[in-house]
Amino acid sequence: MAARPRRIGAVKARGAGWWFAAPALCVIAVFFVLPVLAALAMSLTDFDIYALADLSALRIVGLRNYAELLQRPLFWQALGNTLYFVAAGVPLSLALSLGAALLLNSRFARLQPFFRTALFAPVVTTVVAVAVIWRYLLGTRYGVLNYALGALGIPEIDWLGDPRFAMPAIILFAVWKNFGYNMIILLAGLQKIPGDLYEAARIDGASAFAQFRFVTLPMLTPILTIVGILTVAGYFQLFAEPYVMTQGGPLQSTVSVLYFMYEEGFKWWNLGNASAVAFLLFLLIFAVTLVQMRVARRAPGWQ
Amino acid sequence: MTGVANSTRASAPALMPRPAAIVVNGLLAGLAVVALFPLLWMLSVSFMAPGASSVYPPQLLPHEPTLDNYRELFARVGVGRYLANSLLVAVAATALSLFFNVTAGYAFAKLRFAGRDRIFRLMLGALVIPGQVAMVPLFLLLKQLGLVNSYGGVIVPAMASIFGIFLVRQYALSIPDDLLEAARIDGASEWRIFAMVVVPLLKPIVVTLAVFTLLGTWNDFMWPLIVLTDKELYTLPVALAGLSREHVQDNELMMAGSVLTILPVLVVFLVLQRYYIQGLMTGGVKG
Repeated sequence: MAARPRRIGAVKARGAGWWFAAPALCVIAVFFVLPVLAALAMSLTDFDIYALADLSALRIVGLRNYAELLQRPLFWQALGNTLYFVAAGVPLSLALSLGAALLLNSRFARLQPFFRTALFAPVVTTVVAVAVIWRYLLGTRYGVLNYALGALGIPEIDWLGDPRFAMPAIILFAVWKNFGYNMIILLAGLQKIPGDLYEAARIDGASAFAQFRFVTLPMLTPILTIVGILTVAGYFQLFAEPYVMTQGGPLQSTVSVLYFMYEEGFKWWNLGNASAVAFLLFLLIFAVTLVQMRVARRAPGWQ
Repeated sequence: MTGVANSTRASAPALMPRPAAIVVNGLLAGLAVVALFPLLWMLSVSFMAPGASSVYPPQLLPHEPTLDNYRELFARVGVGRYLANSLLVAVAATALSLFFNVTAGYAFAKLRFAGRDRIFRLMLGALVIPGQVAMVPLFLLLKQLGLVNSYGGVIVPAMASIFGIFLVRQYALSIPDDLLEAARIDGASEWRIFAMVVVPLLKPIVVTLAVFTLLGTWNDFMWPLIVLTDKELYTLPVALAGLSREHVQDNELMMAGSVLTILPVLVVFLVLQRYYIQGLMTGGVKG
């Protein structure tokens, strides 16, 4: 008796399921999956401004775009700059996120909701707008940062005009803008660690540092892994910051891979080349993700 | 507060909590100053007269506060147009993406259809593909459809997202099947069940998704920069990036422009932050 309507319901739902899922799946198929596959195909062609006007000018060139890219100094420079940004920015960002989360989670912390919101505020702001602010804060003559450093006896630094300092300045900016995001996720992770683990450690006479090392860190390993992977992937996509703050300069010291792709594709209309750049970036992110997962699996605390 | 901490920390020396509390709260206050200073400085400079911020030592507050920069932005730079463009694009993309993602998220959680689980696994795998890989062909596709240099060019690709579907699905899994069965036995159609039973239950995650999408499309830069060529159609971030290249010396004007860009999202976040932060903490981890 009861089984009958249930089955009718299930059959009805079976047909309806497609109708509910299809609109979104169609959008994703047409505007994401198809372009990704097309990007791979396009990276094997010499698609340029002539092909844009007349498709019959298009030729298949195999891996030539890739071979030529690997011989261009600017591509290597962009790759190096991006790796610099990721290698310095991600650990700094994660360390600050973890530090801030630990502070917020401390039982000594007061005004938690206020501090949480304040530290998170830069995350929701518009990158372009805050990059404009930072351009002035980093100014050589009148910038607030140089003024503050001057009070400590540090001489004026031409943050955005000196090739040695432009990337560190962008890293500082990015860390300021992004650390609150991971802070919230790590805070959620910290709050899920059972209190009796700390209680037991304390009874065993563990110091605060030992508690952090042998309770907090292992318990956070899974979430740190995910956060680390997503942050690395995000930092590889550096674009708006150099676009607004330095336009890739000085001496191309802040040209990122995506900035290079943008100029190649949408300034010079070498769309075949740009697709190859995008694909190489994807492969790079993918490879780094795999390595991170390998490493994380060996760490203690991974289930 | 310190008293409570004192009594619970049996093994710690009695004098420990006080310095610890000072250090913890001092560090938090320091971080808050660093996080908020650039935003407060922007607000302050936006009320300064032209040139007033380019002095040594730096001025923190305007001598004679003025609204001239805002007047100039609306009257001569035409920022009202960009504000309207941003608003239209963000609201339209949010409304459409809510419809697409909520229906699909519900289907992946509660309705059965052929290939459901395989498609879902494929979508999760596709999360690692950065959106920029698709940009060049997407541009050509939209050009074919006549959507380059139109609002549609910005809105259409944002109509559905794997992350949005995932977020809704995780939440919808908690809807009891019995509730849906009962409605089916009563003879309600699937769409009626969705509208009358499912959507009210999904309300918190719908708000979360709305805030995420609204902020995401408002703040988005690279894609609108590519797909919009006509100044009349620029969104605020694209216009601001262009202006900041032309008006390098006009600090005060640019800070007013930054205020207009940031303030709307900051207000939306402050009002709905409960949903935003909850979404971050439950849905996991991608924004």
